[in-house]
Amino acid sequence: MTDSTEPQHDDGHISINLDGRTVSAKPGELLIAAAERAGTYIPRFCYHPRMEPVGMCRMCLVEVDSPRGATLQPACFISVAEGMSVDTASEKVKKAQDGVLEFLLANHPLDCPICDKGGECPLQDQTLAHGPGESRFVEEKRHFEKPIAISDLVLLDRERCIQCARCTRFAAEVAGEAQIDFVGRGERVEVATFPTEPFSSYFSGNTVQICPVGALTATPYRFTARPWDLDQVESTCTTCSVGCRVAVQSSSNRLTRLLGIDSEPVNHGWLCDKGRFAFESVNGDEVDASPLDAALADEAVDVAPATAAQVVGLGVIRGQFLGEAHETGRFEHGRLVEPQIRKNGELVSVSWGEALAAAAAGLQSARQAGGSEAVAVIGGARLTNESAYAWAKLAKGVIGTDSVDAQLGDGLPADLVLGLPRATIDAACAAPVLITLTGDLREELPVLFLRLREAVVGSSTLIELTPGPTALSALATASLPIRPGEAPAVAAALCGDDAAVTELESHPEGSTVAAGVLDTARQALAAHPDGEGVVIVLGRPSYAESGEVVAQAARVLAGALPKATFLPALRRGNVFGALDMGLAPGLLPGRVGLDAGREWFAAAWGAVPATTGLDTAGILASMAGESGGPGVTSLILLGADPLSDFPDRAVAEEALSAGHFIVAVTGHPSESVDTYADVVLPCAVAHERPGTTTNIEGRVSRLGQKLTAPGFAWPDWMIAAELAAALGQDLGVSSANDLADEVQLTAPAYFGLTQAVLHSDAAHDGILLPIVAGATRRAGVEPIDPIALPGVESVERQGAPPRSGAAGGDGSVHARIAALGAPPALLSGIPAAEGDGVHVPPADSYFLRLVATRRLYDAGSSVTGSPSLTPLVPKLVARANPYDLDRLGAKTGDQVRVRSVRGELVLPAQLDEAVPRGAVAIDFNVPVGPDVPGNAAATLIDSRNVVTDVRLESV
Amino acid sequence: MARTEAPKIVTARLGYDDSHTLERYLATGGYEGLHKALTMTPEAVAHEVDTASLLGRGGAGFPAGRKWALLGKKPVTYLTINGDESEPATFKDHLLIERDPHQIIEGVLISAYALQVTQAFIYLRGEFALGLERMQAALNEAYAHGAVGADIFGSGFSIDLVLHPGAGAYICGEETALLESLEGKRGFPRIKPPFFPASIGLYGQPTVVNNVETMANIPWIITNGGAAFAALGEGRSTGTRLFALAGHVQNPGVYELEMVKNTFRDLIYDPALGGGITGGNKLKAFIPGGVSAPWFGPDQVDLPLGQDEVGQAGSMLGSGSIVVMDSTTCVVRAAWRITKFFSRESCGQCTPCREGAGWLERILYRIENGAGREEDLDLLMDLCDNISPGVAWPPQQTTICVLGPSIPSSIASGIRMFRDEFLVHVKEGGCPFD
Repeated sequence: MTDSTEPQHDDGHISINLDGRTVSAKPGELLIAAAERAGTYIPRFCYHPRMEPVGMCRMCLVEVDSPRGATLQPACFISVAEGMSVDTASEKVKKAQDGVLEFLLANHPLDCPICDKGGECPLQDQTLAHGPGESRFVEEKRHFEKPIAISDLVLLDRERCIQCARCTRFAAEVAGEAQIDFVGRGERVEVATFPTEPFSSYFSGNTVQICPVGALTATPYRFTARPWDLDQVESTCTTCSVGCRVAVQSSSNRLTRLLGIDSEPVNHGWLCDKGRFAFESVNGDEVDASPLDAALADEAVDVAPATAAQVVGLGVIRGQFLGEAHETGRFEHGRLVEPQIRKNGELVSVSWGEALAAAAAGLQSARQAGGSEAVAVIGGARLTNESAYAWAKLAKGVIGTDSVDAQLGDGLPADLVLGLPRATIDAACAAPVLITLTGDLREELPVLFLRLREAVVGSSTLIELTPGPTALSALATASLPIRPGEAPAVAAALCGDDAAVTELESHPEGSTVAAGVLDTARQALAAHPDGEGVVIVLGRPSYAESGEVVAQAARVLAGALPKATFLPALRRGNVFGALDMGLAPGLLPGRVGLDAGREWFAAAWGAVPATTGLDTAGILASMAGESGGPGVTSLILLGADPLSDFPDRAVAEEALSAGHFIVAVTGHPSESVDTYADVVLPCAVAHERPGTTTNIEGRVSRLGQKLTAPGFAWPDWMIAAELAAALGQDLGVSSANDLADEVQLTAPAYFGLTQAVLHSDAAHDGILLPIVAGATRRAGVEPIDPIALPGVESVERQGAPPRSGAAGGDGSVHARIAALGAPPALLSGIPAAEGDGVHVPPADSYFLRLVATRRLYDAGSSVTGSPSLTPLVPKLVARANPYDLDRLGAKTGDQVRVRSVRGELVLPAQLDEAVPRGAVAIDFNVPVGPDVPGNAAATLIDSRNVVTDVRLESV
Repeated sequence: MARTEAPKIVTARLGYDDSHTLERYLATGGYEGLHKALTMTPEAVAHEVDTASLLGRGGAGFPAGRKWALLGKKPVTYLTINGDESEPATFKDHLLIERDPHQIIEGVLISAYALQVTQAFIYLRGEFALGLERMQAALNEAYAHGAVGADIFGSGFSIDLVLHPGAGAYICGEETALLESLEGKRGFPRIKPPFFPASIGLYGQPTVVNNVETMANIPWIITNGGAAFAALGEGRSTGTRLFALAGHVQNPGVYELEMVKNTFRDLIYDPALGGGITGGNKLKAFIPGGVSAPWFGPDQVDLPLGQDEVGQAGSMLGSGSIVVMDSTTCVVRAAWRITKFFSRESCGQCTPCREGAGWLERILYRIENGAGREEDLDLLMDLCDNISPGVAWPPQQTTICVLGPSIPSSIASGIRMFRDEFLVHVKEGGCPFD
């Protein structure tokens, strides 16, 4: 403990005497951390710098001088004080530490040869370095049944446990889910779950990573490799858009494990289980027959091979298709590995040359008939920035269409996202007031949830605008329920607009926002009248209402709180990189609008589209013939599966089945591809190609390549370049590095992002764009918890070494734009609404409004391709307020029918107080059951209306 | 006869069958101390306790008045009474809880008034079924009597008192573990510094934790004055104290004796007290202050029953529990039995205590049962040294709380005093007392 009266140095630091040396320390800092920075590593097991110290393992005992003489103190628990004298190496300290090590080993099973931790085990390492050569423990060791499953993913070996409380603290403090804790006393203390509750956290894998022994193991890695046989690169997780840093480990060209790397501004070392374990879908492992699979397989028996591809969702990837894959070579364990074209209604493998020629011919013919606008591109959020740029250049510069959209009707207007005054994750965590208008962030962006949760548990005030319960609700100062369509009015009410309150009260069921809750929220905002210190997290609370509703709410908030900043919470992997690279209508690379950047990119590329094109909804509507005229007649799918991804399946189905020419670039089969693609081009997926990715903050970090892509799969950028060549044009790039160089020359927000910058030590945490002169970054790499990152600190910053003077993979681009002078301005500000904005039809008491929210584990290919995660996909239920279910006479578990103009589903009902009256909520992209796989919610949602009204009926 | 004519301060009422009732309590001067205290200023009440020099009766023996004064700097939020008496052979609080609960309650109320605390807790060992029943009944009577609750006895002072049963863990008698338990958490002791209850206690607020017997002394001190209390005993050890006498004595039980004025010999041999060793056997050793304390031999039997006197002789008066071992006692078995207790009751938080206690227990069991090795004696001492460096008294520790350094006491005492007896176990391949 220090106080302000203690002498301090000019830099605010104090001095302590460490083993006879005078070293500088930060006031209040823990001794163990101060010593470590001064180069003295004090051994430890329980201490973790991201969690509260507990001083339990006693390994870090050191001698600290006190008025009562030198005493042994845990270095992880005491704060440094001016003049403190510490001895970390005295005989007494050594005896105590050796004693602790010996005690830890007494009952430890020493089954290292069959323990996954063997070879990277801190207990093993410390014993080897300091421990006695022989054990004095001749008694019978304590025994437990080993191991026991504490969740679907995590096994616990209680014999190996050293009771350090790292896992239990993680669960309670970091994840906020105390589902594991100690039971028992003395040497019978064991980690346990509650008798009827498994360890069902989305973050359970972190406990495995930070376990200092082999007590916790994860099923996907267990017994698959020895640590010394692993090869690894540092990379960035692109399962969602948070951009967690990871160490990707492999053995024999198979991914074996992902470990979180501590990135101070981003993930603090944590990963969600989906990010950690979805690597299985890259390997394309076969799925063991679970009951779900068995049902699928049974059904598939009757399906003729020619139509097998039409079996949707889970079954395509697993079920009977695997058998066919082995026969024809089309799939290698659920991955797409050869180019294909459709002949006589069936996809057959062909050479790249034939496939590219077919693709080019189809696109060319569409262009000739309907102009460049006849070609459209959907998808791209799975691409690297470099590949996204290549595809933007191909689509907009070569083909000439602006109907390009990386969002699949599940996002927000791209110009809004890029024009918002952007906050970083750190800024959001430091903001006194946080407003969220999103789905449940634990389901959508799990590690962002962890960061924000920490802030809200701390001193941040959270105001939620939510259509249902979220994992942050219990911590929120005010949780304002929103029915579909009501977000702008609730936002206005929050900002003091009493007319909006009246409007909300006009709903037949009354306002969902209680006056007292609204007052509390308004009071929290009162200290920030102009929005200074307010960060707004903006996502898609529901896929059953138009993104324009959220955009309208954002305009309301930005208008009332002009100094507030925004953290956009779009969730697809590299969606921000794709938007930054121009994969959206009306955009060009580098966060530039089509008109503003026309001259610049016309010079760089030779041409840009004349007019703003269509977004995904517009493209699909046009293909479905709703626009009148020829419209879009050929479509390129970049890793997109509109039948599952687009909220309105009827529209997607109409569009894809209209007989237009469809080219699919994809790594995994999907219903859209298998049923409708005319040409299929296999691409490399995550961990199979180097490059960069851009996260929700606009932070660019590097992707490491760990695997060689299977079969004949190519990186996406190469497919773009070869397709351009097949169209008779030169994209002007011959490597990902060429593209990176071109991006940093042409894309204004990416100016200066050279290979040298990307490979510098300062880029360890990524580079926040646009690069601001003078901004400081964390230099070098301090493995903040070496126990959790065995060997990772020695990972070479992989990838090509920086090339000097490489400015101009294509020198001519440089030359052409250099003559232009000032580059185009970045998008800034919130675009005005079109017309008089979004119009939400009034609610009536006859219908309920549908809410469709994301779940972490859904029917997407990363989950369905990962055997460990597939069983975790939840069962679909219809959640509604007890008020509405009571009117129906239904209770939890009763079957109810949810019927919209699009279709109907019969689902079990579930009472949920947090769903507003007048709404019914279901999960998006979750199958009804094994017999009806696919995105059930999309069969209800009517994307042509701002909201979807449904009837809830008893069955 | 060395026994003095000191008044019975805490056991005066115990002769009555209905000593636990409000009726009897009121008939025997009950709540007069509280009435008197409420006419005094809180500072004056605290001053009387300080004058009495009342040492805490829980084990550590810290002066209650000084403990309260530590909080003078900032207002105290909670008063918590430790009635989690769970150590083998320690049973003096048990008696007060069952037989005179109102006296404890009155002490708490007076203390709360002195500290100006409006919320107090009595934490009782969960196995005290009758004690809990009687304490709760007494509390209900006290509320009905107007002694507890809002505006007690019309004084304008309000206090709520809550009875909380423990859940069966010895460690919750450690004051910071008790606070954790009271907060509804696992009874893991907190690390001091910084978690001294006086600064960061219950729910993070400044908290006084006092023992049941300490509280029972307060009404007498207020009624009769702190000076009258301080006049009893000698030096820092003032007043009387309860001694729980157990083991090989004719009359085991709880005795209230004036401090310092009596010796261990008096307690063990006086016909009105212990009445001598059972079966006319010889005294082999005795534990002067609970099983955490180092043992004494027959040569120390004339030490006075005073805190400092016992401390200077290398042990402690501790919880006031005296265990007498006669010549039929196997010291290996005694040390094993005590170590087994600590092993079971270690909270499991610190490695040396969690793993060390179990290891020590296994070794002792092995020696007692004929599988000992000569080197086990050095191993035992070295393991003790790794839990409590130096194996000296007062002890150092590698653990968070003092349960760890309590473990070596019996083992080190046994080996130091009766090394040959250990060796006989080893050489004869079994226990010579079997």
